[in-house]
Amino acid sequence: MLRIEARPGPSKTMRYLSPLIAALLMLVSGLVIFTLLGKDPGRAFHAFFVEPVNDLYGIGELLIKASPLMLIGTGLAVGFRASIWNIGAEGQLTVGAICGGTVAIWLAQVQAGWLLPLMILCGGLGGMLWAAIPALLRTRFHANEILVSLMLNYVAILLLALLVHGPLRDPEGYGFPQSILFGEAATLPVLVEGTRLHAGVLVSLAGVLAGWILLEKSFLGYQIRVAGLAGRAADYAGFDRSRLIWTGMLAGGLAAGIAGVLEVAGPIGQLIDSVSPGYGYAAIIVAFVGRLHPGGIVLASLLMALLYLGGESGQMNLDLPAAVTGIFQGLLLFYLLAADFLINYRLVPGRRATGGRQ
Amino acid sequence: MNGHLLLEILVAAIGAGTPFVYAALGELVTEKSGVLNLGVEGMMLVGAICGFIGMAKTGSLLVAVLAGMGAGMAMALIFGVLTLTLMANQVASGLALTIFGVGLSAFLGLTYTSIALPGVPALPIPWLSDIPVLGPLLFSHDILIYGSILLYAAISGFLYRTRAGLILRGLGEAPESAHALGYNVIGIRYLAVLFGGAMAGLAGVYLSVAYTPMWVEGMTAGRGWVSLALVVFATWRPSRVMLGAYLFGGITILQFHIQGFGIDIPSQLLSMLPYLATIAVLVLISRNRQTIRLHSPASLGIPYHPQS
Amino acid sequence: MKRHVTHLFTALCALACLVMVAGTASAADRLKVGFVYVSPIGDAGWTFQHDLGRREMEKNLAGRVETRYVEKVPEGPEAERVIRDLAKSGYDLIFTTSFGYMNPTLKVAKMFPGKYFEHATGYKLAKNVGTYMCRFYEGRYLSGIIAGRMSRTNQLGYVAAFPIPEVIRGINAFTLGARSVNPEARVKVIWVNSWFDPGKEREAAETLISQGADVITHHTDSTAPVLTAEEKGVYAIAYHSDMSKYGPRAQLTAVMHLYGKFYTDTARAVLNHTWKPKAVWSGIREGSIRLAPISPVVPEEVVALVEKTTKSIADGSFHPFHGPIRDQAGKVVVADGKTMSDRELLQMNYYVDGVLGSIPR
Repeated sequence: MLRIEARPGPSKTMRYLSPLIAALLMLVSGLVIFTLLGKDPGRAFHAFFVEPVNDLYGIGELLIKASPLMLIGTGLAVGFRASIWNIGAEGQLTVGAICGGTVAIWLAQVQAGWLLPLMILCGGLGGMLWAAIPALLRTRFHANEILVSLMLNYVAILLLALLVHGPLRDPEGYGFPQSILFGEAATLPVLVEGTRLHAGVLVSLAGVLAGWILLEKSFLGYQIRVAGLAGRAADYAGFDRSRLIWTGMLAGGLAAGIAGVLEVAGPIGQLIDSVSPGYGYAAIIVAFVGRLHPGGIVLASLLMALLYLGGESGQMNLDLPAAVTGIFQGLLLFYLLAADFLINYRLVPGRRATGGRQ
Repeated sequence: MNGHLLLEILVAAIGAGTPFVYAALGELVTEKSGVLNLGVEGMMLVGAICGFIGMAKTGSLLVAVLAGMGAGMAMALIFGVLTLTLMANQVASGLALTIFGVGLSAFLGLTYTSIALPGVPALPIPWLSDIPVLGPLLFSHDILIYGSILLYAAISGFLYRTRAGLILRGLGEAPESAHALGYNVIGIRYLAVLFGGAMAGLAGVYLSVAYTPMWVEGMTAGRGWVSLALVVFATWRPSRVMLGAYLFGGITILQFHIQGFGIDIPSQLLSMLPYLATIAVLVLISRNRQTIRLHSPASLGIPYHPQS
Repeated sequence: MKRHVTHLFTALCALACLVMVAGTASAADRLKVGFVYVSPIGDAGWTFQHDLGRREMEKNLAGRVETRYVEKVPEGPEAERVIRDLAKSGYDLIFTTSFGYMNPTLKVAKMFPGKYFEHATGYKLAKNVGTYMCRFYEGRYLSGIIAGRMSRTNQLGYVAAFPIPEVIRGINAFTLGARSVNPEARVKVIWVNSWFDPGKEREAAETLISQGADVITHHTDSTAPVLTAEEKGVYAIAYHSDMSKYGPRAQLTAVMHLYGKFYTDTARAVLNHTWKPKAVWSGIREGSIRLAPISPVVPEEVVALVEKTTKSIADGSFHPFHGPIRDQAGKVVVADGKTMSDRELLQMNYYVDGVLGSIPR
């Protein structure tokens, strides 16, 4: 019999080993799944994890896909560390895209360098505005922020649909729900010729860096951590709970809003009725798989992006049904989450749980 | 709007609200024990396809219901192992469960998109269904809708009138105290999580076998998320879950009727109505902080290990 | 921070290292044709019809083509990568089958001047990009005739996805068809704001039925409206695919899209080096639009009328949008004796007389 025992302190070895264990479990499950599907596992793994990134373009794709995930993930981590559950990044991203995109459409004639920064500013403000609704309702009326932010996702997506079907529609576009294509000045420049890698990735990295400074190096970050670890202790320490709620929500909204602008000013290049393939939800997982730490979030976002690209490549090269990707993603996340258990606990032979952490 | 049409809207609202009733009541029990499972959408989808397969293979509603509930429980078990035994973060595990469930259900259902099911016949209750207004409103539904109402009664009774319900609620409030009193906190939470999974699965079965009745990928279309929202909306009280579910269903139906009458409001704005209404009602309910405090499980979302 | 960085990075490396590198072989000298689908293929609907077309082409050109599809590709930036990957992996002819792929297709086409692209339902051509679409409205008009004659309440219900010209054109053609045989007929439209949400489609159909509609049609992707009509005992006109399996009593007919001939012809043109960028808009005449077998409950004289109209649409002697046509306000939009131009058809953004409600803006 094995029993679970708390380690005296988090294990350093396991911090490194647990993702490896997850990867190993994943390989075994992949082997089983691919064999059951009648595919050569070697080729399948190659298609899933190597093919997508075996050229410069592929690496560019990986980065532009990881970019919104890392930015939003970092923003959300600020709130999550303080146990503020912002599930509304998808909506905040959408509103950010609407605000930034509207600037690009209204100022379509402008060919100046300040246009992009203005768009990003407006997008960030838009995301914050959308996040401010649950923050306000939470601090003023104690309305649960999970529910409000979640409901606002649907509202934001419908709002975008309303706008691209109406006021923001391209008048020359045969009535299709899309805006005009953004001008040169409103489009993020491509960094590497032959890829789609755009300057937005740099903005995201800067955002992650800012998040790191806020979380790890500032007094506010310390307050947030304390509040997350022990809400009561934070209250006694005199930290203002509602200020933390505002900070947590607005940080997520700001990051998601900017990510939204970067999407429309980057790879999309116009406003369309669906600007995000679920980045706002995926970023929540990225934040946790990255252990709410900006460094980990960057890596988790790359992994998540690779899984997406791998799914497409698996479909294209191996006739793997698209559905397999979701199974694969889910499994890997399960393993990563489960393996982290080994950091704080260990399995020892014996029968009953005794003792504990000192 | 005449009375007949109003009645039809109400009857339709009950049909539209029933998946929420099942999934949200299940999640309510899970949350009462102090566990937040955000994977309802995934469990619902896997329940929907497994129930559909059961129905398609055997033609028996009972098999479909059992298959769907079993599948939902299996999904919930994954979540339970992750969060209860391995103490992984509940929010992340729940989201991962949804991703997994979307993929798994699509995969299982690959060969089932082409099948038409006969649906579940309505089962009017003799005598009662002849009562004007109340008859069609309450006593002329299919068996799964009656089941959802019985479930409500059972859960209300269980939570507030039995010792086991008291223990469950106490456990959600203060797991340490429950542990000190000799209760197996993890074991009880497992049961609550599994129950939530079974109900989410049943909600899926209702959708795929009775409501639409068909199987298509991603057919729950966000209903799992709404169910989660409804639990909070209801401040963890079963009666308000029912109210919320039918209200949400009713507004969904009502916005189509408004369109049908040709009232000139953009349809996107109308589609926003159910979500905005949920927020508005939540704000109204939450204004009184005492009610929230009174009913929300204090340990919700916090992992518990007997040793720590 | 370094610590966190390392452990996930090691994981990634481990994954990569354990993977064996396998080569891929490809059949030479056959035309490789790629398809990009917006939704799963399923059993009926928009993507299903495109896939039917793909399979028909494969059969027609057996041994000369090799096909591949990628399903569930979201519109937007994802599409560009998928299209590009197809082009890069040696697919010479690529069909992108949803409107939202228009700009991504053009971007990729610019990168691969030696490859051929065909975009469904768009309006932008390029040196190596053609467009194609079916004259769905022709089938809508014909089905409208049947609906107009079969309705007892004179109320027809229409479950619609998004207010774009393609959908509005269908609503108008259906209405004109119905009113050509039944001037009392009215069409009620409910927008569900989704191409695909069986639950909502059902609720919309139920609403229409409870408000008095006794023939239901839809411009959404699932079979839910037909199933609902079957259950409620009213008639239905299916769209995209024949859905009689789902509504054996309800379905009067279905407006079917058929792409097999177009796909075959296009692939053949590329094989014979005769391909040119064109905006192909094909209908009944080219066999791209057809009605499914009409239900036996439809009286013979109605079937005969439909057949006659089909013939005259095919030979060009009749056009569904032939004046006089009035909009809802009674304003004449197409004068007597005039026929609407393709350009006007493509930009249609108003309801004709007989449709209830107003277009969401």
